[in-house]
Amino acid sequence: MNLNTVTEVRRPATAEEVVDWRDGFAWVGGGTWLFSEPQADLDTLIDLEGLGWPPLVASDGGLEIAATCRIVQLHEFSGPPEWTTVPLFRACCDALLASHKVWNMATVGGNICMSLPAGAMIALTSSLEGVATLWPRAGPPRRVAVADFVTGNHANVLGPGELLRSIHLPASALAKRFAVRQMSLTHLGRSAALIVGTMAAVDDDFRLTITASTPRPVQLRFEALPSAEELRGVIDANIPPDAYFADVHGSAPYKRHLTYYFAEQIRRELARGEA
Amino acid sequence: MNLTLNGASVSGEPAAGQCLRTFLRDLGCLGVKKGCDQGDCGACTVWFDGKPVNSCLVPAFRAAGHAITTIEGLAEEGRLHPVQQAFHDAQAFQCGFCAAGMIMTVASLTDEQRRDLPHALKGNLCRCTGYRSIVDAIGGVANVEADTAGAAMGASLANPFSEGIVTGKARYTMDTAIEGTLHLKVARSPHAHARILRIDKAKALAVPGVVEVFTWEDVPRRLFSTALHEDHLADPDDTYILDNVARFVGQRVAAVVAETEAAAEAGCRALMIDYEILPAVFDPEAAMLEGAPILHDNGGTAKGNIYVDIGGEVGSVADGFARADTVFENTYSTSRVQHAHLETHGTVCWKGEDGRYHLRTSSQGPFVTRAKLCYLFGLRERDLHVFTERVGGGFGGKQEMISEDLCLLATLKTGRPTTWEWSREDQFIGASTRHQMTTRVKLGAKRDGTLTAIEVRVVSNTGAYGNHAGETLGAALGSPMCAYRCANKKAEGFAVYTNMIPGGGFRGYGASQSTFAIECAMDELAGVLGIDPFELRRKNIIGPDDWIESVWRDPSDVGFGSYGLDQCLNMVEQGLADGARAPKPEGDEWVEGKGLALAMLDSGPPTEHRSGAVMSLRSDGGYHLAVGSTEMGNGSVTSHRQIAAAILGARACDIAIINADTDETPYDTGTFASTGTVVAGKAVHLTALALRDNILGYASRNSGQPASEWTIEGGSVVCGETRIALTELHAAGTREGHRFEAKRKAYLSPRTVGFNVQGFRVAVHTHTAEIRILQSVHAADIGALINPMQCRGQIDGSVGMGIGWALMENMVYDEGGRMVNPSLRNYRIPAFPDLPRNQITFADTHDAIGPLGAKAQGECAINPVAPAMANAVANATGARFRHLPLTPDRIFSALERRP
Repeated sequence: MNLNTVTEVRRPATAEEVVDWRDGFAWVGGGTWLFSEPQADLDTLIDLEGLGWPPLVASDGGLEIAATCRIVQLHEFSGPPEWTTVPLFRACCDALLASHKVWNMATVGGNICMSLPAGAMIALTSSLEGVATLWPRAGPPRRVAVADFVTGNHANVLGPGELLRSIHLPASALAKRFAVRQMSLTHLGRSAALIVGTMAAVDDDFRLTITASTPRPVQLRFEALPSAEELRGVIDANIPPDAYFADVHGSAPYKRHLTYYFAEQIRRELARGEA
Repeated sequence: MNLTLNGASVSGEPAAGQCLRTFLRDLGCLGVKKGCDQGDCGACTVWFDGKPVNSCLVPAFRAAGHAITTIEGLAEEGRLHPVQQAFHDAQAFQCGFCAAGMIMTVASLTDEQRRDLPHALKGNLCRCTGYRSIVDAIGGVANVEADTAGAAMGASLANPFSEGIVTGKARYTMDTAIEGTLHLKVARSPHAHARILRIDKAKALAVPGVVEVFTWEDVPRRLFSTALHEDHLADPDDTYILDNVARFVGQRVAAVVAETEAAAEAGCRALMIDYEILPAVFDPEAAMLEGAPILHDNGGTAKGNIYVDIGGEVGSVADGFARADTVFENTYSTSRVQHAHLETHGTVCWKGEDGRYHLRTSSQGPFVTRAKLCYLFGLRERDLHVFTERVGGGFGGKQEMISEDLCLLATLKTGRPTTWEWSREDQFIGASTRHQMTTRVKLGAKRDGTLTAIEVRVVSNTGAYGNHAGETLGAALGSPMCAYRCANKKAEGFAVYTNMIPGGGFRGYGASQSTFAIECAMDELAGVLGIDPFELRRKNIIGPDDWIESVWRDPSDVGFGSYGLDQCLNMVEQGLADGARAPKPEGDEWVEGKGLALAMLDSGPPTEHRSGAVMSLRSDGGYHLAVGSTEMGNGSVTSHRQIAAAILGARACDIAIINADTDETPYDTGTFASTGTVVAGKAVHLTALALRDNILGYASRNSGQPASEWTIEGGSVVCGETRIALTELHAAGTREGHRFEAKRKAYLSPRTVGFNVQGFRVAVHTHTAEIRILQSVHAADIGALINPMQCRGQIDGSVGMGIGWALMENMVYDEGGRMVNPSLRNYRIPAFPDLPRNQITFADTHDAIGPLGAKAQGECAINPVAPAMANAVANATGARFRHLPLTPDRIFSALERRP
């Protein structure tokens, strides 16, 4: 929709040009959320497109995803054969309520910075042990795990004007086995639960990343595959019954129920899996 | 900035925060539609460097240096793109509002995407078709038949505006540019119940571009009802154009007109409004209690907050229950839902050079709208012109005057043209809804299933204003209580004011709500008695020789013009037994079940309803037909042409049609309450017959041969070996002063009845509570099919909408009465992945009352859908869900507990 209070668009070539950050400014990645709601508090848009960040850079160390990488680019990505989790990229793109047309503009960074519980790029990058690089308006860049980047429903650690530059997925995480489960109240709708389990190829370091059913990602780590009972116990200990996220896309009791159900399914799938 | 638009270099300067959608419309690409403006519906889809995008989400400045393709640029050298042609041939649209975006999406798909249509199309919403015809188009299925002279009746002919719809040239309400128009926006109440103490306009008027601000002190202090009916006394006069009391969150409180939408919005934000908060009540049972806050003190029939209570009894239910072997009783409720027609409400008003006021609007009833406007503003009818061009869906939501009044007010006060285009949020918080109803059903039956008594109590939450509450309550107690033969019936109903958004007319109109309750209760009774649900119904359904009676003894004008309920039950039973179905998903956690429900509905309302048509033979041998009724995707322009063509032995394409225009067409009450075929269609039928007689009469006088010897065949009149072209006849007649014109009116009485039966086979996941529809079978008794493709389309659309009501749609409110989910992102209507392909069959009936044997068909098909779903889920899971919607999060806990 038209953002009728916006009176200026800046299209800088570098982020350093933006030194006078104030309320009323907003970075624009794909714009797909920003333009989907009235933004009466904004008057200036600062376009990230001109910064020219390469969307996906694969190296021996892992994959560097620029915040401005479009979702469609992630969906189309095919990595080296040892990166066994690349199919999870597609699964998480498909878990978005947004259709492929939105993916053509929407960015990975935008989805993460929106910090919605059902943000599928949050599920993807946190489960794959992603580390975000943030550029504060003043001061040196800082790094924070994606799992810690999101602090609540529509809340994160970004300071005013601070920019999410990229997410780094370590090669070790990309080479893991994984299992994923998702459910929404309508078919291919917004996730009520989007839960990813990963396990190192040598059958240890089981991680369960719970998203959508909780306000922020919850990552549970186990040195080896837990028993069903142990898994339930750890979920109990980490997520009290009243800590689930209720909204029109699913009640809290339902999301809690799905969390346990899917967690156990994931545990069993990874237990069965080939190393 | 420069860009390439549909292959041509263009330049333009968008506003800083402008989205690509409105920028393209400013450049003349009016095929780029607004369904939601939030990226949820896909109606604005265009290609950005060849890739499909939602243009409402794309910053316009991003288009600099890029290539944009809109629906207008898809056809090359005047030849339709293959996808446009496929959409035409399959008639993959009804109102057509989503078609441009749908076509742009489909035309962009890769082969891989085409193999996975649920993902590929989930971002394009269609509220009319249920997506079946869209699948047909993608699969290259042609549903359109040839338009042959003399064979129009019963042929699947194309919508006459098809080419405009698939090319983006069809003009919907907002697809017009009025020089110098003002833009109107409203400030809405944030409170559920509040008195307005003061509105300070000064800051709003100081906003550059703001021209005027209107509050309750600026409007005629005349009470009216926003509901459209022929008889204005059918609905309560309890509403002011603008009021000094707000009775629901979202009620319009002030209107700002400005040079731009941006200024009008800024003006609304700048208004200083002082409210005195009043106590609010949201639940109708609570609102009926002593001491509840009273919403209206306007006198009239209201008792406290009870706007209307009606009831009746035939026989004695006390005796009936006493004679029963089994008495079953339970309570069922249905949710508040929104029509979500893809085109929002909107009106453009201007004063013409003729000194008259013209309103181009999105309405199901332009004539009644004109009458209401004349009443409110003290105008003469001849000074007002109200018309529609293409209307993007209605479903009852546009049987309401809620955008025209403020536009006319602004034009009257400023002398300037005024445009008010509603946002999707406006639709959710400021339009009308389906009445939330709670129905208690009590059934008495003998051991063999014979019903001895039926009793229902319906409580309808009409919200802050009464509008359709009385009529929908009457409908709830009407046809659904007639469907079963029983000597003892009793019903009482209450429509209650609360501080909720008003209910309104909505496809099925109250009967949907009580049908849900009664059909679920019948299913539960079948379970208690251990009788097959089909058999229990067969034992009790009304038969063709039965007296049609609800709970009132007075004779009614409803009769059996035809009867096909028995056939429908058989067809659904057989369909569920033999028809194609998806297999149950693998795994013990999936359980399977089937269910059915039936519905009966009068073809047309008990209220007054009338329509007229004018038809003429033109000098080129073609015809002109003017009919007052509205087309909003219901297919009436297509069927009206076919009715006329059938009578005149013509091709449908020989008949130019104009509709729904107070200047250009005869009066019509409006297209709602299943009247498009049985009233307006009847007017067309009578008019075509009169014109045929006129033409043959002239041929007879001219030839000396009796009129009975003459027939019209194609473009000629024929008598034995003599054949005179209509062009020649017209020329001869005109020379002699003969006029080849006819006008007839139709009134709705008597009324016939139609039936629909729905069956579902579902699989339910006992842990996630996901419901998968394995099979959907629908049988309809709608008389002769004027256009079988359209009839199927209306049923596909109804079933889809019914599935939405049953499984997902729900307007959710916080404790302050504020809607929590006023967007299509959060209020989900069925998308492509949610709907099955229906198996649709028709009873072999020919109606003695409806025109050419046809009955009403757009409405009743929704009524059995939700109860059939609830019954199928109960059959699958053993758990009964009596309250809509059956979303997984509302039903999972009962599945876990089941034995």
